Amino acid sequence: MNRIWCFGDDIDTDQIIPGRYSPYMTSEQDLARYAFIERRPDFAPNVRPGDIIVAGKNFGCGSSREYAPRALQKCGIAAIIAPTFARIFFRNAINLGIPLFEADLTGVLADGDDGRLDLALGQLVTPRGVHALPQPPAFVRAIHAEGGIVAYYQKYHRFPVESSGEGTDTW
Amino acid sequence: MSQTLSEQILSHAAGRPVRAGELTVVEISRAMTIDSIAPEVIDVLHEQLGIHQIPYPERCAIFIDHVAPASSLATAQAQVRARHFAREQGIEAFYDAGQGICHQLMVEQHLVMPGSVAIGSDSHSTTYGAIAAFGTGMGTTDVALAFATGHSWLRVPETIRVNLTGTLSPVVDAKDIVLHLLSRVRGDGFTYQAVEFHGAQALSLGSRMTLCSMTTEMGAKAGLVPPDDLTRNYAPVPDWLRVEGGADYEDVIHVNLDEIDPLVACPPAVDNVVPARDLADVHVDQVFLGTCTNGRLQDLVAAAELLRGRRIAPGVRMIIIPASHAVLQAASEDGTLSTLLAAGATIGTPGCGPCIGRHMGVIGSGEVCLSTGNRNFTGRMGAPDADIYLSSPQVAAATALRGVITDPREI
Ligand code: SF4
Repeated sequence: MNRIWCFGDDIDTDQIIPGRYSPYMTSEQDLARYAFIERRPDFAPNVRPGDIIVAGKNFGCGSSREYAPRALQKCGIAAIIAPTFARIFFRNAINLGIPLFEADLTGVLADGDDGRLDLALGQLVTPRGVHALPQPPAFVRAIHAEGGIVAYYQKYHRFPVESSGEGTDTW
Repeated sequence: MSQTLSEQILSHAAGRPVRAGELTVVEISRAMTIDSIAPEVIDVLHEQLGIHQIPYPERCAIFIDHVAPASSLATAQAQVRARHFAREQGIEAFYDAGQGICHQLMVEQHLVMPGSVAIGSDSHSTTYGAIAAFGTGMGTTDVALAFATGHSWLRVPETIRVNLTGTLSPVVDAKDIVLHLLSRVRGDGFTYQAVEFHGAQALSLGSRMTLCSMTTEMGAKAGLVPPDDLTRNYAPVPDWLRVEGGADYEDVIHVNLDEIDPLVACPPAVDNVVPARDLADVHVDQVFLGTCTNGRLQDLVAAAELLRGRRIAPGVRMIIIPASHAVLQAASEDGTLSTLLAAGATIGTPGCGPCIGRHMGVIGSGEVCLSTGNRNFTGRMGAPDADIYLSSPQVAAATALRGVITDPREI
C-alpha cells in the first residue's frame, strides 16, 4: 500500500519547488529534498516511492520549470490525480513519463489514506473504494510505454503523433 | 474553412491544415532557453539524446537573464557552460548578462517573426503574440528536442476572442486591462486555449507585449494580437495571416476600456484583483518596476511622469530594472533615468532582477513588495511570509511616493 498526499486547488510550481531551490541555484542531486519545501515541509522527508498525489484543479500552474515534475518524480511519486492540470506542467509530466490522470478525487479521499495504483486496469484502490481513472489518449500512452518522450524519440526517431493511430485522439 | 490565427500559424508550421483539438508536429522557427535552464537542455542533448552538433543553430537562442550577472559560484558555472555551448554550437543569438530579459530581446532583436512558431523554456513565451507569432512556453525536454530536431509536438488550441472597445483613461495601463480580464476569467480561465485580442490597434507594441505575456497567468497556451500596420512596421506579415470571418471561437469576451480603473492583484494569486484605491491601508517596503511584463521604456516613462520633481516616501526602496540594455540606454538618453534617480529610485542591471526571488531585491519575512511583474505566488520573491502585490508602473510610482498602495489619479 502507498500513501495518498492530498493538496488543494491551484498548486503552483513555486509551491512544488521555489525558484531559489532550482538545480541552477543548488544542485540536481538535492532536487527531491526540496519538493514542497515551504508549502509542506513534512512531504519530502516522508514521501515513499509509489506514493500518489491527489490534488484540486489547475495543478502545476505558473512557471515552465521542468524541475518541478522532476522533483516529484525523484521522490518516487507514481501518479498525480487532479481534475485539471496547467498546460506546461501537463506536457512536462507526459514527456518525463509521469502518469497523470484527470479526475476529481479530492472530495472522496483524505490525506494519509492508503492507496494502490493499478495502471493496467486504470484504477486506484483505497479503503474507501475502487476509483476508476480516465484512460489517457493513445498519444500519451505511446510516450508512457517507452518511459518518456526522449526514450520514445530515440527508439522511433520521430514524435508519436506522426504515426497512425497515436495522434488521432483529440483532447 | 475559416481558421483562427493560431490555426493558420500552426497549419503552416505543420505543413497541412490543422484544426483546434488536433495533435500535430510543427516546425519551430525559434527555440530559446535561459541561463537557469540551459544546463538542463545541454544535459538532455548530450547525455540523453547523444547529440553533439545541433542541426539548426540559427533557429536557437540563449539568454543570460534570470540571474545576471551571476550571483554565486553555482550560477557562474552554469553560465560558463551556456556560453561555451553557444560558441561551440554556433548559436549567434546568444545574449549575455546585462543585455536584457529573454522575451524582451526576442522581440526587440527581431528573433521572432509574425506568423512563425517560437517556443521558450520560460512560460511567458506567449509574449511573442504581440507581433502575431505563436509563442508558447515549454519545459527543458521540449526545448532540447526542438534544438535537436527543429520540431515539437503540440495540440492545436481552441481560441477565445477578446474584443476590446473604448479608450483607456489617463494613467490606466495595458496591465490594468489584463488584471481586469484575470479578475473575470480567473487564473485557469483560458487553460489550454489561445487568446486573440481584437480592437488593440491603439495599443503600442510594449502594451501588446504586456497583454500577451499575462495570458500565461490565465493558463493560456498563446496570446495573439491580429497583425496590423504596427505589426507590418515591425516585420513583413505573411499574406495568409489575417483575421478570417467565420473562424470558430470557443468564446467571445467583451472588455470596455472606458470602465477600467487602476487595479492591483493581491497575494497570493494573480486573479485576486481589487481597485488600487481600496488598498490605501497597505504599507509597502519595496516597489519593483521591471520584468518582461512591465520593464520597457514606456513603463519607465510612465513612472517618471508621476515621480518628476517628487521624492519617494521614506522607508520605501524603489528598485527599477529595465527589461533590456536598449531600454536602459534609451531611458538614459531621454532623461527618464535622471528623473527616476532624482526621485530616489535605484537602478539594477537589465534582466529579471528579483521577479523570481533569486537576487537583486529578494524580500524578507513580513515584508511587502509591490511589483510590476506577473506573479505574486507565496514565496516567489523571497520569504514565504512576505506579501507581493502586482500592478501597473503608474500604480507602482504612486505607491512609491506615498508608501501605501495608491491610485495614481490621486497624485
Ligand atoms: S522577468 Fe520574471 S516572469 Fe519574466 S522571464 Fe524573468 S523571471 Fe520570468
